[in-house]
Amino acid sequence: MRDLKTDYFEDIQLFRNKVQLFWCVVLLLFLFSYPFLVKAYYLTVFNLMAVNIIVALGLNLLIGNTGQISLGHAGFVAIGAYTTVLLLKSGVPFIVALIAAAIAAGFFGLLLGIPSLKLEGPYLAIATLAFGLAVTIIIGRMDFLGGRMGFSVPKINLTWTGLNYDRSLYYVILIITIISVFVARNILKSRIGRSFQAIRDSDIAASAIGVNITRYKLYSFAISAFYAGVAGSLWALYLGFINPTLFTFILSINFLAIVVIGGLGFITGSILGAVVMTYLNLQLQNVPDIPVIGPLLQQFSEAFMMPTGITNISWVLTGLILILIVLFEPLGLYGIWLRIRIYWKRWPF
Amino acid sequence: MGQLFQVHNLTKRFGGLTAINNLTFEVEEKEIFSIIGPNGAGKSTVFNCINGLYKPEEGTMLFKKQDLVGKRPDQIASLGIARTFQNLELFANMTTLDNLMLGRHKAMKAGIFSIAGLSIRRSPAAREEMANRRKVEEIIDFLELESARDVYVANLPYGKQKLVELGRALAMEPELILLDEPAAGLTQEEKEEMIYSIRDIRDLLGITVILIEHNMQMVKYISDRILAINFGKMITCGDVEDVLNHPEVISAYLGEETEEDVNTINE
Repeated sequence: MRDLKTDYFEDIQLFRNKVQLFWCVVLLLFLFSYPFLVKAYYLTVFNLMAVNIIVALGLNLLIGNTGQISLGHAGFVAIGAYTTVLLLKSGVPFIVALIAAAIAAGFFGLLLGIPSLKLEGPYLAIATLAFGLAVTIIIGRMDFLGGRMGFSVPKINLTWTGLNYDRSLYYVILIITIISVFVARNILKSRIGRSFQAIRDSDIAASAIGVNITRYKLYSFAISAFYAGVAGSLWALYLGFINPTLFTFILSINFLAIVVIGGLGFITGSILGAVVMTYLNLQLQNVPDIPVIGPLLQQFSEAFMMPTGITNISWVLTGLILILIVLFEPLGLYGIWLRIRIYWKRWPF
Repeated sequence: MGQLFQVHNLTKRFGGLTAINNLTFEVEEKEIFSIIGPNGAGKSTVFNCINGLYKPEEGTMLFKKQDLVGKRPDQIASLGIARTFQNLELFANMTTLDNLMLGRHKAMKAGIFSIAGLSIRRSPAAREEMANRRKVEEIIDFLELESARDVYVANLPYGKQKLVELGRALAMEPELILLDEPAAGLTQEEKEEMIYSIRDIRDLLGITVILIEHNMQMVKYISDRILAINFGKMITCGDVEDVLNHPEVISAYLGEETEEDVNTINE
């Protein structure tokens, strides 16, 4: 009888029950002690995961919840990253640069949302794709943005934390990620999130019950780009340098893959997708080290695809996972997670 | 009782086809007003014009002295006009509860900057959410949708889906509700329940109803007045008996007896 509800507030409160609260506290304790448990390399791994989580949260809001598509999210990440670096270079404090970067990306999201009012499906996909490509090309041509060489990112002042730079940065990124998850979750539980889903399921009915389709589609694009801007800002910070080749079309596709593999329309899906895909991408780079299979795969890749070899293999495997997920588990990793949870709830039956 | 809604000289064309031709009618406050006509007569087009999905070429539609022509569907919705659809336009991947809560969309104000407060019981956003949730529960109670509350609408049987759509329209607390074939596809029992629900909507909630329906029994039983149209033109409008016994209405529904038919029968 754990899930019996007695109060309307229970539907919107953060934790459904004490068990959930307990596990969240355990997870937070682990995350906050993480820098003292592992080597510096794994901090970078987490940072990369966190950045992907933030982008995925925003992109999932757009694709999974509002039913619009974007193949240009790398463009928003780039806008966030470059805005942050420019502002940091001119001596603005990081928190201001972060917010400005997010707002700048959000503004471009709003602009990109305008074609979404007229375009649907594949047409919108092409429009957003063009945006993503255009951003990197334009940035590459601007000398004050470092051109094709890019520029290095100034370190921010985190000495007040009393920890070394890597660890302090980790905490900054962790806290912003937690806030991002919290906000995304509340957006989805609110009337705004419901309106997004209404547009996804039936825009005619949504307008008939009073949802202003124009406004909410633009909201969705702006919020989604805002998240990408935050992620870009953090990414620039821990990478230490940025150049236009970081924000390729492939990156946009990677974000899309994260969201689809994680589970369209679910926050847990965004998180699971980002964590698993980041980990996979990193691990797949070690494929040649696997005995027997590794060299074989590399030979195969060099023979039939590009001579550069191993990056292709990781993409082939990502593609394979994507196909399998879509075929067998449309809810993605979130679906698997759900089944595990139900299994344990009903155990031993 | 005053007039709530007046349509004057409404004309809607699709290219060369005139779907609605110079249609004029009035709806009184708190009446059940039915629109009947054969397939393709333009009944749903009338709804789509009222609701703002189509923009009529000519005419005015006055609702509480405001012209609806040129307004967006969401603006018309917030004036107090709700509707259901012939082929169900539900938010299929959401629960019944969320569907009905969406009906409360216009009644709620929480913006993007207040949603962080949703997790705090006493915050305005959470209080608003709960107050509207209470309203939705009243409608769930009214339509007896308790068992469907937390079920994804796509998984509900057709009859329940119809009720959810009706509930969503009611959640808007409209003054005028447009029902497009509410009984189509329902079993006999569900039809009867639907008839009682529609009566209750008018009698208990005081909402004016405009109804499109093919089931003549239901129309006869439920309506205060009927408008009959064919090829987008009004045949007749008035009391139930007068309209249903009107020769043109009968011929529009049953087809005209031609000389050839008579000959075939005689042979």
